Amino acid sequence: MKINFIKYTAAIVLSSIVLIGCSKNDADDNSMMMAEEMGPDFSGTYILKDQIGRPAVNTVFVSSANKDEFNGTIPSEQNANFQGRFETNLKALSPAFANEGDMNALGQDAAAFTGLLATDVLGVSLDGKTTFYDGVAENTLSGRALADDVITVELLLIFGGEDFSENPTLSNDNVDKNDKEFLTSFPYLASPW
Amino acid sequence: MKKSKILLGTALLAVIGLITVAADHIDAPATQGTTADISDFYAFQGENTDNLVFVANVQGLLSPIATDGASFDENVLVEINIDTDGDSVEDLVIQAIPRDGVMHFFGPILPSYTGKNSAISEMSSVRGEVAITPYGSNAIIATSDAGIKMFAGPRDDPFFMDFARYGEIIAGTATGFNNPGADTFAGSNVLSIVVEVPKQMIGTSGAIGAWVEAKVKQ
Repeated sequence: MKINFIKYTAAIVLSSIVLIGCSKNDADDNSMMMAEEMGPDFSGTYILKDQIGRPAVNTVFVSSANKDEFNGTIPSEQNANFQGRFETNLKALSPAFANEGDMNALGQDAAAFTGLLATDVLGVSLDGKTTFYDGVAENTLSGRALADDVITVELLLIFGGEDFSENPTLSNDNVDKNDKEFLTSFPYLASPW
Repeated sequence: MKKSKILLGTALLAVIGLITVAADHIDAPATQGTTADISDFYAFQGENTDNLVFVANVQGLLSPIATDGASFDENVLVEINIDTDGDSVEDLVIQAIPRDGVMHFFGPILPSYTGKNSAISEMSSVRGEVAITPYGSNAIIATSDAGIKMFAGPRDDPFFMDFARYGEIIAGTATGFNNPGADTFAGSNVLSIVVEVPKQMIGTSGAIGAWVEAKVKQ
């Protein structure tokens, strides 16, 4: 209460100073000042609540109890805090990764794969093609285009083994494209339903 | 991989409790269903290949009826973070925040500080604004003096996945996906922020790292 009283008193004093200030000016100055004062207020501190780099990383690799913790951890600190937990969850999800030397189609074992994923930052190329995965090695993780079937790619990397041939019923959700056509021009996303 | 191991894996998965919606839709208890809930993030080369496009979607899984009443929150800053030197710390940010029906954009610009807290770079000379497109209207697009294209408003959710079947697999009531699958996100909308930036404002060549954050006013 006391703090509020001080805040309100300060606000009243400040606003009366502004009012007095305005009343001393002629009409032109007055309207200029009013315009400045009535512009949008962008002040204040904004605190991290949610974040995403690559699709579905928090959803798939972070345990329920840790999801808010992950969203509140800045990317430069994610690997140290989460890589071990990601690796545990990956091996639970796809037990083959627990076998020595088992790898995904990118040639990554469980530690390497989760080491890549734990820092949830999307790599984006400035030089050309931008895609999550298109089968061409040099294009892998060069961005994320709207039409990229990112879930099937992630399922393949989790369940598909070294050559995408393992667990075919788990490594493709068989939904390969969006329910509306994307636009070729800005803003690219389809109009709403 | 043996099938028994897969079943063990799915059982463990259920214990871990991963029954939440991808890609980032309602991904965590504290953000789920709030105006700060990011649903997705995209970054790709534009129609003009000298440009990069960033898409940040919030408030996913909107039905058409719900879309009419949905709006961006003036207390939620959507910040696209760009790392140009590989340390996963933002070197540039693009900030978007709504005020009175207009989405204001600041950057790409060096942030005043990095990390969990942000201040809006309102003194930045690299800025622009676009009227938020109302539901049912054609997309309103603006281009800033620096050549940055901007859009904000409801769009079809571009994400697609048979999430319902995934949930059944995780729950142990199904052993694999259907073929064809069913897109759980068909017919749903999101609130989108789309910004297209000349690459030269970000870097010359190579790769950058990018992610999006929703930050709530203290």
